[in-house]
Amino acid sequence: MSADTVPAAGSAQDRLTPPSRPRRMPRATLYWIAKHALAIALALMFLGPLVFIALTALMTDAQALTSQLWPQSWNWGNFSEIFTTTPLLRWIVNTMVYSLSATALMLASSVPVAYALARIRFRGRKTAFLLVILMMLLPPQVVAVPIYTLWASMGLTNSLWPLIIPMVFGDAFSIFLLRQFMLTIPREYSDAARVDGCGEFTTMLRVILPMARPAIAAVALFQFFYCWNDYYGPLLYASTNADSWTLSLGIASFKALHSVQWNLTMAATILVMAPVIIVFFLAQKVFIEGVTLTGVKG
Amino acid sequence: MTAIRTRRRIPMTLMARREARHGYLFILPWIIGFLAFTAIPMAATFVFTFLNISLNQQEPIAFVGLDNYRRLLGDEQAWSSLGVTFRFALLWLPVVIVVPFLLALAVNSKSIRGSSLMRVLLFMPYVVPFVASALIWQNMLVDNGWVNRALGWIGISPPSWLNDPTWVIPGLVMMGFWGLGAGIIINLAGLRGIPTELYDAARLDGAGWWRQLRHVTIPMMSPVLFYTMILAVVEVMQYFLVPLVLFNGTGDPAGATRFFNLYLYQTFFTYQEMSYGSTLAWLLFVITLVVTLLLFRVSRHWVHYAGER
Repeated sequence: MSADTVPAAGSAQDRLTPPSRPRRMPRATLYWIAKHALAIALALMFLGPLVFIALTALMTDAQALTSQLWPQSWNWGNFSEIFTTTPLLRWIVNTMVYSLSATALMLASSVPVAYALARIRFRGRKTAFLLVILMMLLPPQVVAVPIYTLWASMGLTNSLWPLIIPMVFGDAFSIFLLRQFMLTIPREYSDAARVDGCGEFTTMLRVILPMARPAIAAVALFQFFYCWNDYYGPLLYASTNADSWTLSLGIASFKALHSVQWNLTMAATILVMAPVIIVFFLAQKVFIEGVTLTGVKG
Repeated sequence: MTAIRTRRRIPMTLMARREARHGYLFILPWIIGFLAFTAIPMAATFVFTFLNISLNQQEPIAFVGLDNYRRLLGDEQAWSSLGVTFRFALLWLPVVIVVPFLLALAVNSKSIRGSSLMRVLLFMPYVVPFVASALIWQNMLVDNGWVNRALGWIGISPPSWLNDPTWVIPGLVMMGFWGLGAGIIINLAGLRGIPTELYDAARLDGAGWWRQLRHVTIPMMSPVLFYTMILAVVEVMQYFLVPLVLFNGTGDPAGATRFFNLYLYQTFFTYQEMSYGSTLAWLLFVITLVVTLLLFRVSRHWVHYAGER
């Protein structure tokens, strides 16, 4: 509505004003068209692959190997075939156990550390924060062998435990983001709580935690998606034991076994993606807002 | 600044001491974790570099001095794989830093319809399991795949992305485009955080679109750009999972995807040479650290912290 009327009003006025003015309208229109063309091209680029796998997943084995784009017949049975030929449910349960427990433990352990680094004064706080950053920079391979040996000596390799247990001690990325957010909460809230006789623990639990909820939600979702999509960790610790395979390992092995059955590989891919995409759609507002709020302040 | 300094010189009050005690108590579990999973393993790996641990040898473990480092200096494969990583980084870093910024600028524009839908769409590939997205893009990039067909329609004779050693790196970069969603969101968050008064002031001074970008947006976004740059450097140095999944770690085509980290991974887990692998891992860490420190040093000249106290 307004988009149609505003340029018209502008052009009527243009006749009365100096010659440089009339250019503005077509230029703005061109700009508008260019912007939307770019937006549509981007949308296609991001949607294209999803459409592609959806179409391929519904083809027959033979057609999936051809270069045709549109399925000749709609083979919904491909999806149920995945369930009968692979232990997909087991993979889903394993991935769920890994993602949910890692996320819960990470929150329980990282929040107090972030709170201490952001809101408690003590000597060595700066050094502790530098160590958090150092942990973020460290390539996992530098510590992989000793840690692997540690888990092997405890008999915990061939399972997902080596990926879950370390979360008891906090996660550097989460601590960093939570700390940055907690720094933005005005000091006065803590002071008021202290005047009311709250200790540090109560202040954290009753005052800071509720205020940091968006950041906590964002960090939890980041961790959940990280675990859900993690390939390296399960590959390292669980690849030798098919009973503790996650979806990522499962789908990679599926590709190796059924390399010519692109339709089934793509159907499996869709089944792997579906749960996270649903979670993302439900939580996207919290997620994007959380990231926006945590921001990246120095 | 001075206020804080004088506060420190005052002997700690009972309350301050109690506060500090709580601080240590709160970070204690993390410190234990840091020692157990970072500090001690790091030191252990460093010691390994002077030993001859290898799981498929019968020789007793012994101190070998600088043998592993000498081997590293003469190891063609290590240096050529480092070259692969650097070549990829050269192409990938500008993309991963600049493209999300530009896309965020575009999506942030209020005049675009459906920009909230756009945000969801741009972010979605981030939640697609990476094994799945590698498979999808493998299928998009095969010789008669969608990408090549689209190129054919506009009259470009397309390369064989996954079989040609010169085109496989650009192919991997193209795959990476899909995962830029997180960067876009972080950039969007930064753009939202720029006070509109700055733009009003710039406009009053007669600054056009370009000068607003140059003198308001970019300086205000520099901490965000710096943050994405650091994360990108850390990630690019460790890049290897996509080629591992696509080519089963063979380094095909013709060794063009034998990234340093892939070589490192295989030294550890395929050849089980723990000592030499540790030497390679420490090299990777030192390179990452040096590059990061350099970036921090240079950042003083271009990164602007508006809220700096």
